[in-house]
Amino acid sequence: MENIIESIKKDLENVINLSDLNELKVKYLGKKGIITELQQQIKDLDVEQKKEFGIKLNEIRTLFNDLFSVKQEIFETALINLKLQQESIDISLPETVVKTGSKHPMTRIQEQFEDLFVSMGYTVYDGPEIETDENCFQKLNLCKGHPARDAQDTFYLENEVENYLLRSQTSTAQVRAMEENIEKGPLKIVCPGKVYRRDEDATHSHQFAQIEGLVIDENISMADLKGTLELFLKKFLGEKTEVRFRPSFFPFTEPSVEVDVTCFKCGGKGCSLCKQTGWIEVLGAGMVHPNVLEMSGYDSNKYQAFAFGTGMDRFAMFKYGITDIRTIYGNDIRFLNQFNRRDED
Amino acid sequence: MKLSRKFVSDYIELDSNLTIKEIAEAMTYVGNEYADASKLVNATSLVIGEVINCDVHPDSDHLHVCKVDVKTEILDIVCGAPNVKKGLKVIVALNGAKLPGGEIKQSTIRGQISNGMLCSLAELGIDHKFLTENDFAGIHELPNDAKVGEDPIKYLQLDDEIIDFELTSNRGDLLSVLGMAYELGAIYKKKTKKIDIEYNEIDKSINNELSLKINTDDCVLFLAKKVNNVIIKESPLFIKNRLIASGIRPINNVVDISNYVMLETGQPLHFYDADKLQNIIEVRNALNEEKLITLDNIERILDQNDIVISNGNNVVGLAGVMGGLSTEVDSNTKNIIIEAAIFDAIKIRRTSKKILRSEASTRFEKGLDPNRTYMAINRSCHMLEKYANGQVLKDMLVYDKTNKEDKIINITIDKIIKVLGIDVNKQEVIDVYNSLGFEVIDNNDVLSVKVPSRRLDVNIKEDLIEEFGRIYGINKIKGKLPVFDGKLGTYNKVNRDIKNRLIDLGLNETSSYALIPEEEVYKYTKDNFTRIRLSDPMSEDRSTLRYSLIYSLKEIYEYNKARNYKDVSIFEMGKGFYKENDLYKEDLKLACLMSGKYINKLNEIKTDFYVIKGILINLLNYLGYENRYSFVIDENIPNELHPGQSALIIMQGENIGFIGKIHPNITKDDIFVFEINLTKLLKNRASKMSFKELNKYPEVVKDVAFVVDKNLLSSEIEKCLKKVGGRLLTNISVFDVYVGDKLNENEKSIAFSLTFQDSTKTLNDIEVTEIFNKMIEEVENKLSAKLRNK
Repeated sequence: MENIIESIKKDLENVINLSDLNELKVKYLGKKGIITELQQQIKDLDVEQKKEFGIKLNEIRTLFNDLFSVKQEIFETALINLKLQQESIDISLPETVVKTGSKHPMTRIQEQFEDLFVSMGYTVYDGPEIETDENCFQKLNLCKGHPARDAQDTFYLENEVENYLLRSQTSTAQVRAMEENIEKGPLKIVCPGKVYRRDEDATHSHQFAQIEGLVIDENISMADLKGTLELFLKKFLGEKTEVRFRPSFFPFTEPSVEVDVTCFKCGGKGCSLCKQTGWIEVLGAGMVHPNVLEMSGYDSNKYQAFAFGTGMDRFAMFKYGITDIRTIYGNDIRFLNQFNRRDED
Repeated sequence: MKLSRKFVSDYIELDSNLTIKEIAEAMTYVGNEYADASKLVNATSLVIGEVINCDVHPDSDHLHVCKVDVKTEILDIVCGAPNVKKGLKVIVALNGAKLPGGEIKQSTIRGQISNGMLCSLAELGIDHKFLTENDFAGIHELPNDAKVGEDPIKYLQLDDEIIDFELTSNRGDLLSVLGMAYELGAIYKKKTKKIDIEYNEIDKSINNELSLKINTDDCVLFLAKKVNNVIIKESPLFIKNRLIASGIRPINNVVDISNYVMLETGQPLHFYDADKLQNIIEVRNALNEEKLITLDNIERILDQNDIVISNGNNVVGLAGVMGGLSTEVDSNTKNIIIEAAIFDAIKIRRTSKKILRSEASTRFEKGLDPNRTYMAINRSCHMLEKYANGQVLKDMLVYDKTNKEDKIINITIDKIIKVLGIDVNKQEVIDVYNSLGFEVIDNNDVLSVKVPSRRLDVNIKEDLIEEFGRIYGINKIKGKLPVFDGKLGTYNKVNRDIKNRLIDLGLNETSSYALIPEEEVYKYTKDNFTRIRLSDPMSEDRSTLRYSLIYSLKEIYEYNKARNYKDVSIFEMGKGFYKENDLYKEDLKLACLMSGKYINKLNEIKTDFYVIKGILINLLNYLGYENRYSFVIDENIPNELHPGQSALIIMQGENIGFIGKIHPNITKDDIFVFEINLTKLLKNRASKMSFKELNKYPEVVKDVAFVVDKNLLSSEIEKCLKKVGGRLLTNISVFDVYVGDKLNENEKSIAFSLTFQDSTKTLNDIEVTEIFNKMIEEVENKLSAKLRNK
């Protein structure tokens, strides 16, 4: 027995790799292993010897297992370390490209506008782009021959002059929304969409996008309009943005205002963008003219409404620093690819 | 509208400490925007000098070396103007003077020191259209009474300041100096001064010389006076300068007076040479094809929408727009007929758009106050008597269908508070209206506001609220938010989800123009519709509304290809427009174009039909339409697609779009497209997304390959397999397609992997083999297929 102990100690001392180690397990604990064979001798011994022999044999087995585990751990750790070393890579090499597409800046702006107003309880209303002269002008208090029509050089459809047209303003959707609201009660909508005018240069495109807002209720006032626009413009142009109302004229609102914000380039000190005034005009708005309410079936004695409208392209240009509107509709892949991430908060 | 500070100061006293910018800003705050506010002459360090010596430059044949007395010193100045001579009074720009063309510095010109410059009017920055040939030929010669050492701008009465307003279209009343004076009066709380319309009349009546016939409804007011024996000459300096400041070129005293009075009152006037006019003035509509030679010597062909003045026989003027050449006031004119009238605004607008937009037509278009018409004709008589030695005949020819009463509008303070959302008291409101020149009668709860006839834009109580708001200060309103009514906002989520999905799949969203060339409209479709063209397009390229978006995407592809970007994977959502049964319609469409390398997540592969098909199916399944659409080949596939690589997309029996490669006779490039009519697609309800219990029994997978006719669609085999496989067949996938040497020329082999699984028990091999053999049999019999390797 003592020889076996010595032999175990010696064998496990000298073993140099995992496979030799496993062979030692066979040598001692295999079917014909040394320890296994000793075990089989037990049955021939008497009771006293059995007990003593058994205890001794267990000690030998425990010794083997302990020494075996120690060696096994050493070899396995060495193997893992080797593997780690072999698998080490140059992590500074270029990444595998995980490409997604890009969302057009106009879609981004429209979604941001929609999300903001939806969170305030507005419904996004979508109207057609081919409109009647009646919805685009007459029901907005611009009768035929009205001088204010000049500002919006309109595309009429062939053989349909002063009849059918491409909408020159999203305000037309206002009219539709009011007409469709059979109850003629409160309404809270925004209408984003494409509009068309005969105009083309660095800041004007014959096709562009506007958004129109309309809120009708019994006690809606200019103060509600101002608060709404302040919230909206600060959100889009920065919390420090100041909002200024300037009286103006639109046939469909009375009183009408143009809305200026402190210049987002110079912060109001005066620069080339704001022509040294410190202010930039961003919106037209006002209280909906009673004629407009009445023409769409609303009782102007009961209801008051505010409306506002602005060009979404300009916001896209401000927000992303685009200087020529034609870039927006040019669809150069190099332009589009720049809009492949989420907007910062 | 250009407003001269000197001009408006005739009618309102403006604090001399106010800068022109401050006045312009104050006007902006009440709703009258300006483009520019500046001095008429933007030049510094100018002084009147006298040339006391003038020698020819020793080294030049056109320069002179002058000694110029500017009172404080004698300057040596080299001058190149041909008209410089000893004794001339001149405008001297001293060293350091800033002129519109730059700064004057001491210099040496061909060896001679020059301390300043002798100036022409052009060099002072006066608009070229107001200058004569002499002004360009040489330096300005000041009259002899000019005092050496004094300010030449002041001497020339050009020391004026101008605000260039961009007025809103409702404020026609501000197209007059008087209107501006009222507006400034409201801002600065000052009363306006009266205009002088007094004159003498000679004992001779216009009634014996001229009669008036108004034969149209397009003229509601027509006044005529006659002034005899005018002396045509140059206008006094103040008239000329005020016209120049207002942007109108001075001509002679008589013409200038008609313009001057128009600027003052806003009422355009027309002067006829009475001796050329004969004895009738008739106002009527033109006959179609009637002709008139206008003042600019151009023959105009008129129609019945034009309003004309005739002498009873021939047309002599185009009402409100331009006079006729035959009755023009010229240097020999002695006697004048003054016309002051109001014509229909819309008709004038139409005619002036066709012929010429003028200062006069602009004012007619915006509407006129009849009281001003009377004021203007009398003012012009006053001016002609004073500045053209005219003798005014007594009586006036009058045709008047106008109402000149002041409007009375009732309003309550409560309504003002309710609309503006600010707290104001009655006295504040009354004060504002009074400052505007509106009389207010206080009936306790209700204010009766008397609006003067000049304010054509103020008609209802909302107009009065605006008037109060803009003068009181619309910015005093404090913002608040509308009360939340409990209704949640909504938006079109599915359109957004479609875009987001395609973006996630690696596509770039585009935004292109809906207007395309007419010849492109019927392409990429075989639908039966009528195209929609514009009445007056900007160009042929943007003349017609697109029906399909594919043309636009292909243009974008070509644009990028030209810039060496050939890997294009793009999509766009937009309207397709068409006319059907006389109705204008627009459907929402989704188009996609792919060419070159398609990079998505970790894959980079060359786009082919199956790639774009994968994108489309991914999208349709994402939208909840799995197994509810099919790809069908029939004669309705657009001709612009490759006949062997294209299909229609059919859903519920309806054609909702197409997919395919662009036909090689259109492009040599491999371009793949699809277009879906979302209006049609989204009418179909998406299936409900719900959890199916996980199958815990094992799958059995069997492979099979068939050799079939090359033109047989794989989907036909699948249909056959599914029919027999029933519910136990849980998946079919194609894992190999072979065409080549080992098969006949008209054959192909398709290999399928079939998955069987029962949700109630473990399938045994016998069961599966039985179904599997039946499936093979069915395919062999129905589709003349052979089992591969058999």
